[in-house]
Amino acid sequence: MQLTGRVWKYGDNVDTDVIIPARYLNVSTPEELARHCMEGIDPDFASAVQRGDIIVAGENFGCGSSREHAPLAIKESGIACVVAKSFARIFYRNAINIGLPILACAQAVEETEKGDQLTVDLRAGTITNLRTGRTYQTPPFPAFVMGIIQAGGLIPYTRERMANDQ
Amino acid sequence: MGHTLTEKIIAAHLVQGEENVASSAEVWPGDLVEVAVDIVLANDITAPIAIREFETLGVERVFDRDRVVMVADHFAPNKDIKSAEQCLAMRQFARAQGLRHHFDVGRMGIEHVLLPEQGLVAPGDIVVGADSHTCTYGALGAFATGMGSTDIAVAMATGCVWLCVPETIRVVYHGRLRPWVGGKDLILYTIGHIGVSGALYKAIEFAGPVIDDLSMAGRFTMANMAIEAGGKAGLFAVDDRTLAYVDGRVSRPYHVYQADTDATYAQLIEIDVSQIEPQVALPHLPENVCPASQAGEVQIDQVVIGSCTNGRLEDLRVAAELLRGRRVHPDVRCIVIPGSQQVYLEALREGLIEAFIEAGAVVSTPTCGPCLGGHMGVLAAGERAVSTTNRNFRGRMGHPESEVYLAGPAVAAASAVAGHIASPEEVQQCN
Ligand code: SF4
Repeated sequence: MQLTGRVWKYGDNVDTDVIIPARYLNVSTPEELARHCMEGIDPDFASAVQRGDIIVAGENFGCGSSREHAPLAIKESGIACVVAKSFARIFYRNAINIGLPILACAQAVEETEKGDQLTVDLRAGTITNLRTGRTYQTPPFPAFVMGIIQAGGLIPYTRERMANDQ
Repeated sequence: MGHTLTEKIIAAHLVQGEENVASSAEVWPGDLVEVAVDIVLANDITAPIAIREFETLGVERVFDRDRVVMVADHFAPNKDIKSAEQCLAMRQFARAQGLRHHFDVGRMGIEHVLLPEQGLVAPGDIVVGADSHTCTYGALGAFATGMGSTDIAVAMATGCVWLCVPETIRVVYHGRLRPWVGGKDLILYTIGHIGVSGALYKAIEFAGPVIDDLSMAGRFTMANMAIEAGGKAGLFAVDDRTLAYVDGRVSRPYHVYQADTDATYAQLIEIDVSQIEPQVALPHLPENVCPASQAGEVQIDQVVIGSCTNGRLEDLRVAAELLRGRRVHPDVRCIVIPGSQQVYLEALREGLIEAFIEAGAVVSTPTCGPCLGGHMGVLAAGERAVSTTNRNFRGRMGHPESEVYLAGPAVAAASAVAGHIASPEEVQQCN
């Protein structure tokens, strides 16, 4: 599973409130959520983001509330993958459960700038910066996490698996 | 290199197959693994969402009707139409699925008091619940943790969840407990010491001679609040006290796991309890802890004694010891909520309920009620409560400008009598 996309770069502690401000939590369709994605930190994001783009951020990405709205908004906005130095625990779970690929790699974050093109190979766990030519290795996902991501989330993954078992 | 209790339990529950990185019988912190769970839990707030997700899976049946547990406790007995509909959705699902453990009004209790009491959780289990205080069952030597609705829906369908194996912090308590100091004071003191994110993502293992002597009720209280330090789980080693507790309750086979003596811990914390006085956590974070005797002149309007943290018989006994023969201060509403029907009945038989009513307290049927600002004691702007619950976040018990002070049952009962935050000694000396 290879993805190539343009980088949106942010700092540390991007919390769920800036990803999707609480005043929009009364809407729950992914399309509506996506319209306000990252509004608390970058009001231009939602209108300028393109399908396949990649978010690159610092430590503790997704901290705060346990709601699944935050990764849903990011996924629906077209973001193909989030690369951060580290992720908040519940965001990490929720992202994988809804099928949003995420990778933790501090060095790649430090050496990447807004607008760079990155190629991410989820299966191999590699991130390549096309501007600098540098490649970074992260521990690859175990097979079942890869399966969840490929299926588009935990619910479709489980549905497929249960169908195969029968 | 040896393993912690958490690693041992997770390793024993690995789903066999290529899915797992750790296909051997060993796991290490950081491993992402898929495990089989023993119990899946949801309540009247979280079950309706999990049920909806379950239905989108297209699965007919839950993985095991004996192991999916649903409890109507947060807003039950129904406080309004919306909560009635939530309980109804849960009830209909439970009936359609033939769930053996669906606890409705009249048979229910606060989930984390009820499940151990009814013998539904055993040592060595993995329990996942759509409720953050699921970590309470760590007192039984189980690995228990809270999760989101998608996770619980899938766990109900498959009996499996994926987990990242956490590191473990070991907290060792020694010394001699002072009078009126219990599990709540120990855990509040610990959270004050390490902070609300001191155990982020990690499991906490509570150990040491003080823990060996601590009642099961005290252990449940401590494990319950592991999440308030950011922890994923809070565990106790299984000992004779644990086995005596589960004996006669748990009817299925279970396995007792032990940490290796050479297990690796992320951190080792030693606490001498000899100097710890009864504690109180000031608003608005559980880490804002100080001795009750040093809280200053804090006038209060309400006292709540109950919840999944301190709604057990032992807690009510402590409160009754201070309230018996005394009167609740005229400016204070004191609300006592037994954690389950069984706790209620035993408290009645022991004469505790009489003592509460004679002192001028009210006693409610089991419910979460005021703990999350739901019903049965919601605070107005500017009001202050001393509560034996576990969270004092802004607005937790009602209006955003109300205040909650967390304490154990002794400080709560003493404060109810004094009309301000008081140490039990202060009230005793007034006699
Ligand atoms: S008593 Fe409070 S903390 Fe415990 S389950 Fe109920 S609402 Fe949650």
